[in-house]
Amino acid sequence: MPPASLPAAERRRSDTETWWNRFPWWAVIIGLFIAFMGLKIITDDDYRLAWFRIWPGIWLTLYATIAAFVIASIIGLAAGMGQLAQNVVLRNVSRAYVEIIRGIPMLALIFTVALVVVPELSEWVGLPNRVSPFWRAVLALALIYGAYMAEIFRGGIQSVPRGQLEAGRSLGLSRQQTMNSIVFPQAMRAIIPPIGNDFIAILKDTSLLSVLGTLELTRNARQFTASTFKFREGLFTLSFIYLLLVIALSLLLRRVERVMTPDRKGER
Amino acid sequence: MNMIEVRGLIKTFAPDIQAVRGVDLSIEAGEVVVIIGPSGCGKSTILRCINLLEIPTAGDVWIDGVNLVDQATDLDLVRAEVGMVFQQFNLFPHLTVLENVTLAQRKVRERPAHVADEVGMAQLHRVGIPDKAHAYPRQLSGGQQQRVAIARSLAMDPKVMLFDEPTSALDPEMIKEVLDVMLELAADGMTMVVVTHEMGFARAAANRVAFIDEGKIVEVASPSDFFDNPQHDRTRAFLDQIL
Repeated sequence: MPPASLPAAERRRSDTETWWNRFPWWAVIIGLFIAFMGLKIITDDDYRLAWFRIWPGIWLTLYATIAAFVIASIIGLAAGMGQLAQNVVLRNVSRAYVEIIRGIPMLALIFTVALVVVPELSEWVGLPNRVSPFWRAVLALALIYGAYMAEIFRGGIQSVPRGQLEAGRSLGLSRQQTMNSIVFPQAMRAIIPPIGNDFIAILKDTSLLSVLGTLELTRNARQFTASTFKFREGLFTLSFIYLLLVIALSLLLRRVERVMTPDRKGER
Repeated sequence: MNMIEVRGLIKTFAPDIQAVRGVDLSIEAGEVVVIIGPSGCGKSTILRCINLLEIPTAGDVWIDGVNLVDQATDLDLVRAEVGMVFQQFNLFPHLTVLENVTLAQRKVRERPAHVADEVGMAQLHRVGIPDKAHAYPRQLSGGQQQRVAIARSLAMDPKVMLFDEPTSALDPEMIKEVLDVMLELAADGMTMVVVTHEMGFARAAANRVAFIDEGKIVEVASPSDFFDNPQHDRTRAFLDQIL
């Protein structure tokens, strides 16, 4: 006679069986924080003051983010392709650029690029006007993220199997045609998610530009807290604004990823 | 002039791996040559040198009278005339089956889209899967993918077709559908060079069978002579292993 089956209360259970184990509590926590901050800003005068003093910096933050992202993408694509080029000089210059940038902390680089490299470079090429502090800051960020993006582009292109290139070339497509029609479209699938992450990272790192006096969100918050000594209100509000921005962007990027991979639609 | 002329072919991979050590091979138009040999013997490398996917260390390769090793030769022009089918199919996963078959027609042959589509569909009919024209490669079985790869090459109206172990990555029940397409192609008079382990195909379709070992041609003969009356000990030993 087989032994009796255990009563339900004594049975070992898989962790995934209960709804509360799978429920996204983290979203509730974030939701609560957002609700708390929203309520504070509406009801509390200090928070409201902080909000109105800080949030106008959002335009400069977004402007710097988009400008730095666009320039960094161009630099990154060039340096990423450069590392895969057949030309020895191109390959080594690209590699050196990426390794140097990645080997120096971001804050140190922002100071160096914005206060030394860009002014001296613009003088050297004979630009009549000085580059504005804002653009110096943006260029510093772009130069830094260009190196990170170069690695993403290089990795994306290398993620396309060699056989794809060979298939294209064996059909008589030129190197350029093969890259454009076969390699790049496939590389994009590997490139878009990490590039999206970098876009968000740039947004967050524009915060560092406050050290150069750019009047973006963080600089506004520092000015607010310095003049009112309301550190908690000012810094909570600042964090709240960044968090909202990043969450909104993450949701947006997820949509973009889905639109960019039409050949996967058949499986969904 | 022969359709394919390989003379003194040597290919050395860095630092000192000698994959091909002096191969001469002449293939006439309409001929089907099957290359067999143990793995790592250099048979795929020979094939890949015929459309210069590998650049020979020494020697010459002529396709229809054009020397591919010559720096002045436009390789893209020659490659458009030489179809290649790979072991791993290498279909373009981001394009539909029909787009796979029309891409090079449009970009290289510069055919207008409707002409390319027509030719593409005709070739898909030929390999027996016109109904999959708008599917993506990953939705196809291995055998279907390989047939699309053959159609993709044929759509360029090549003078020569190269097959690099076209059935080696297939499940057993899909090998026949690919070999049938190749047999038909051979019957239609296509010049073919086929690296394969399918001895049945070699017997049925080949005009000549070449046995390669250690980067050299050991023996070339008609299929009946080759399989029933091999001349060299090495060939005999190899055939004993696989038959």
